[in-house]
Amino acid sequence: MSEAVVASSAPAQTRHHAALQHHFVDLQQQQEAASLGMWVFIAQEILFFGGLFAAYAIYRHAYPEAFALGSHHLNRTIGTANTLVLIGSSLTMALAVHAAATGRRQAIVGFLLATVLLGGVFLGVKYFEYAEKIAPCLGDQEHAGCLVPGANFDPHAVHAEGAAGQQAQIFFSLYFGMTGLHALHMIVGIPIILTIAAMAWRGRFTPEYHTPVEMVGLYWHFVDIIWIFLFPLLYLVTGQ
Amino acid sequence: MNTDVMPPMTTPQSPPPAFPADSYLSAGWSLRSWLLTKDHKRIAILYLLSISAMFVLGAVYAAIIRWNLLVPDGSHMSADAYNKTFTAHGVIMVFFFLIPSIPAVFGNFLIPIMIGARDLAFPRINLLSWYLYVIGAGFTLYALFTGGLDTGWTFYTPYSTVFAQSNVELAAIGIFIAGFSSILTGLNFIVTIHKMRAPGLTWFRLPLFVWAHYATALIQVLGTPVIAITIVLVALERIFHFGFFDPNRGGDPILFQHLFWFYSHPAVYIMILPSMGVISEVISTFSRKRVFGYSFVAMSSLAIAAIGFLVWAHHMFVTGMAVYSAMVFSALTYLVAIPSAIKTFNWTATLYKGSISWDTPMIYVFCFLGLFLIGGLTGLFLGNLGTDVHLTDTYFVVAHFHYIMVGGAIMGYLGALHFWWPKMFGVRYPEAWGRLSAVLVFVGFNLTFFPQFLLGYMGMPRRYHVYPDEFQVLNVLSSAGATVLGFAYLFPAFYLLFSLLKRQPAGDNPWGATGLEWRTSSPPPTENFHEMPVVSGEPYDYSKLGKEAVLV
Amino acid sequence: MQPLSEPPAGAQAERHVVPWTVYALIFLALCLLTATTVIVAHFDFGPYNLIVALGVAIAKASLVVLYFMHARYSPRLTGVVIAAAIAFFVILVFLTWTDYYSRPWPLTTG
Repeated sequence: MSEAVVASSAPAQTRHHAALQHHFVDLQQQQEAASLGMWVFIAQEILFFGGLFAAYAIYRHAYPEAFALGSHHLNRTIGTANTLVLIGSSLTMALAVHAAATGRRQAIVGFLLATVLLGGVFLGVKYFEYAEKIAPCLGDQEHAGCLVPGANFDPHAVHAEGAAGQQAQIFFSLYFGMTGLHALHMIVGIPIILTIAAMAWRGRFTPEYHTPVEMVGLYWHFVDIIWIFLFPLLYLVTGQ
Repeated sequence: MNTDVMPPMTTPQSPPPAFPADSYLSAGWSLRSWLLTKDHKRIAILYLLSISAMFVLGAVYAAIIRWNLLVPDGSHMSADAYNKTFTAHGVIMVFFFLIPSIPAVFGNFLIPIMIGARDLAFPRINLLSWYLYVIGAGFTLYALFTGGLDTGWTFYTPYSTVFAQSNVELAAIGIFIAGFSSILTGLNFIVTIHKMRAPGLTWFRLPLFVWAHYATALIQVLGTPVIAITIVLVALERIFHFGFFDPNRGGDPILFQHLFWFYSHPAVYIMILPSMGVISEVISTFSRKRVFGYSFVAMSSLAIAAIGFLVWAHHMFVTGMAVYSAMVFSALTYLVAIPSAIKTFNWTATLYKGSISWDTPMIYVFCFLGLFLIGGLTGLFLGNLGTDVHLTDTYFVVAHFHYIMVGGAIMGYLGALHFWWPKMFGVRYPEAWGRLSAVLVFVGFNLTFFPQFLLGYMGMPRRYHVYPDEFQVLNVLSSAGATVLGFAYLFPAFYLLFSLLKRQPAGDNPWGATGLEWRTSSPPPTENFHEMPVVSGEPYDYSKLGKEAVLV
Repeated sequence: MQPLSEPPAGAQAERHVVPWTVYALIFLALCLLTATTVIVAHFDFGPYNLIVALGVAIAKASLVVLYFMHARYSPRLTGVVIAAAIAFFVILVFLTWTDYYSRPWPLTTG
């Protein structure tokens, strides 16, 4: 495990750059530290979502029918479209980093804004999906077709036999829990992207230094990857 | 400055040590300069103050527990109040004292200096970690003081999700926030150790203290997020009745325990590994010998971290989990004892033919060696499926983990406190008082917890506020021991604070130790070194310093 | 400042700029894989449903990690971090599952 130690024979401008923090020797050390830090952060996010995926694995194995039935109550067309939107936002984010690496200021801002726009579309669609699910729960009658877990959950709305109706509540708990946590991560990410877009607009980034763009890119791609797994696991469960 | 060249030894003929002209302590006196600091050393002091306060609070709850257990009929307090008391003791001690303790105070202070860097990789995130700790503590204390929490620190479902009427959500939020403090500290340490070592400081020249904190940081980053999400699930279940852990809705309460212990078992290694790092540093200094089997000790830290993730269900043997799965976890539990044993043998070999001096930090090392040994061996009885059925949820378990956490981790913490106090504050503490307190801690500790092994073996259950009459003698002994221990903890508080007033300068290297932290002034300057070091020698090279003591 | 060591070989690897055409191709591949997973979901492969779905998802995620996140052009340590996170996630799921696999649960039928 012989690691590179500090290198200071890097070019002078990286040792006295305006963005260089005082405890680093040069920009390269700072950039490598930032990158490793963001990857370690993503590693802990994998374990954070991982607890939910573990619960999903156990319960899907236990209640395959209920999961398939619950999944049929999610709109696959909307889910597919939203998936393409989010993958598109990953593309625009990658292009933003590319623009930063090639020193094109306006392109950085444009691609970052496009990312935010696509992310906003995704969240907007999710809002309508949630609203459609929550609406039947707001009334007082039983058998209203409420699929939000809790006191008002209506097992008959799943159109299942036996206990699968009640078990589907766990599916919907996982649906709201996992997509909700995912959406929360996007809601946190969007203002950060906007902040970095503002920094780019003010010309803070060069091909030598554009670490914040790279870092927010890593975060955003990770959020995309979580959805890449959520989509088939929640929307595309097939079975009887 | 090159470690090949020895600094001049302070002998009785040379001038007495003096305070450095500038240090991180004198670099600003305002509250703002402390609360908005990015200096890892100041953040370490902020942590020292906060976790000391939390320790006192946790100790008060312990005192109440032992006061209640003086009598078998539980007449001193209601069962409900007792439940809230032991829960508070556990929550505070685990999440707000033991887990941060050594990493947040000594790791923060020393790691950049030990690797020849000017600060951690992310100083502002370091400060954020402290604020998250304080905010998390705030939420949790608010929960404890306005109604309390009665689920036990383990929050087992379905009690915590369905039946508990206490402040579960509030406490959960507090622990969630504190968890991210821990994650960010771990992240900072990992990046710092990978990317900011001084020239010439290869991995196998690192002090074992750094290796220990690296392994700890891995656990913090990989394990803590799982308890974070588990806490979220408990809160969602309480608020929205999602049904993850509710059998009536198809859930399984045991799944909570799997998710909870996936973190909480490795968490105990977060509590002990840094202490083991301290032991390596202190034992070599006061044997004037390099640590025997350095690479084995270093690798065993990583092994403990890795294998520690594979054993969690040994907390669940009697819950109704599958016995075949339990057999797997039991076997893995025996495996994790091996790297700890490797360390203990290597420390013992370090002592052999060493030149041993009995300063306070070394007394704490010996306390650690004996008490951790007992704690570790008693863990094997619990890891064995058959005996665990008899011993689980009894005071045997309570004694086992207190031998590790107090006899192990806290002895390491107190040893670190005394060993590095001169470095952190530039002053000497009264050595006679230090040794007396260490002996008193040892006596008080054993008197408190050894009877509990016997009580557990004889069947006294834990978390009950009453017990059969025939157990009273041992319980009274235990409570007496707790009183001695409480006073023993108070003495360092007084003489260490007194040493700050008396201000007897310690000098750069009062112990004659190796390590980069002893090559800079006491206290160090804000930038850690006036000249950044280059490392060309092996660690713990006492042959160069010779066997003469350098204490003035 | 003290004289410090030479930069290691490959220190400039981080500065490697991936051509935007690569990103466009990866995007197309991701769209195709998304279509694949949706189409495949119309068929019932029994116990293999999950394996197919996860397989496609892993392929998509790998493309994002390797190319969009530059892992292919990053130091080896990055790969170690990713592998470690995945490994411990797998441990969480697998060892937990050994419990559920070896006892009858749920106890109610249907």
